[in-house]
Amino acid sequence: MSSADEASAPDADYSRRAPAPCAGEVSTPDAAEPAPASRASRLGPTRTQALSVSIATGAYAISFGALSVAAGLDLWQTMALSLLVFSGGSQFAFVGVVAGGGNLAAATSTFLGIRNGFYGVSLAPILRPMRGPRLAWAAQVTIDESTAVALAQPPEDVPARRQGFWWTGVGVFVLWNLVTVVGALAGQRIGDPADWGLDAAAAAAFLALVWPRLASRRAHVVAGVAAVLALALTPIAPAGVPILAAAVVGIVAGWKAPRAEGEVPE
Amino acid sequence: MSAYVWVWVAIVAAGLLAWLTKLLGHVVPERIVENPRVHRIAAYVTVALLMALAAVQAFTSGGHLVADSRIAAMAVAVVALVLRAPFLVVVALAAATAAVLRLLGWG
Repeated sequence: MSSADEASAPDADYSRRAPAPCAGEVSTPDAAEPAPASRASRLGPTRTQALSVSIATGAYAISFGALSVAAGLDLWQTMALSLLVFSGGSQFAFVGVVAGGGNLAAATSTFLGIRNGFYGVSLAPILRPMRGPRLAWAAQVTIDESTAVALAQPPEDVPARRQGFWWTGVGVFVLWNLVTVVGALAGQRIGDPADWGLDAAAAAAFLALVWPRLASRRAHVVAGVAAVLALALTPIAPAGVPILAAAVVGIVAGWKAPRAEGEVPE
Repeated sequence: MSAYVWVWVAIVAAGLLAWLTKLLGHVVPERIVENPRVHRIAAYVTVALLMALAAVQAFTSGGHLVADSRIAAMAVAVVALVLRAPFLVVVALAAATAAVLRLLGWG
């Protein structure tokens, strides 16, 4: 991806600013030959893009696998998280809360997965009609990356948007789960995770995930207040509570409309 | 139940809730979720949660505030992010910073 930092942030929120993040990669189809503009490579531009996003995203499942094992989960639990939760931010949050000794891991990961619900809303007009196993699979692979690639295709080219969604969703799913195993196996063999700086790696992962969303001043304030509140509560509240308390900061900030358009961190 | 079993319960619950959240978006009528306030709250909650997770992961250990080599690691991560480094590079640089400092005996 040309915009590498955005493409490799698993939780960059693409639902509404859609084509922008991947714009550099999308070869706008020629007006003369709209549909088969895919002669540049044998796969076509949409699938090429889907595969490159899948590889970039799948690669950092290695850090998830290693961090999950460092947090005390075993190989099977780590694999189950990638298979079942399948959303980078939620999975990092889950193991982060478990590492802190908290029992609010599922709640925290669910809160972080709410945006995936909004992606489904943007994707439904493109993908419907769906039912049964197809709908179930589409839901499971509705994540930042599949949404971004689908919406980055030309709005009038619905087949390309569908192709972008499915190739990216399934591609990331396969690679993310395979590489999770590699990371977990590596994590099991390295002794004390702190010697390798894996605790710092987890903190940096969260920072990298939030970074693309810090575009507006209100987002800066929300981030700052959330961090201070969570740190202030950590010595006095049970593990996990400081994180969920910080979510209240987000609710308060989102309640009132910002004065200027474009202030919402998406 | 043992802690191990509870982690499994939490994993399955998190997986089910994650899938239901995703599914809901595909099946609910658009007008119900196209509320700007709901969108804003979802966006800011994500920012708040991720930043809180970063802060707690960077500056606490076992329920205490701690200042150790992770501070330097976070500073390096910020520099890498400002320079638009990819996700994996940011994470690897932070890990390496903390690991080297600890090797040298600081935090």
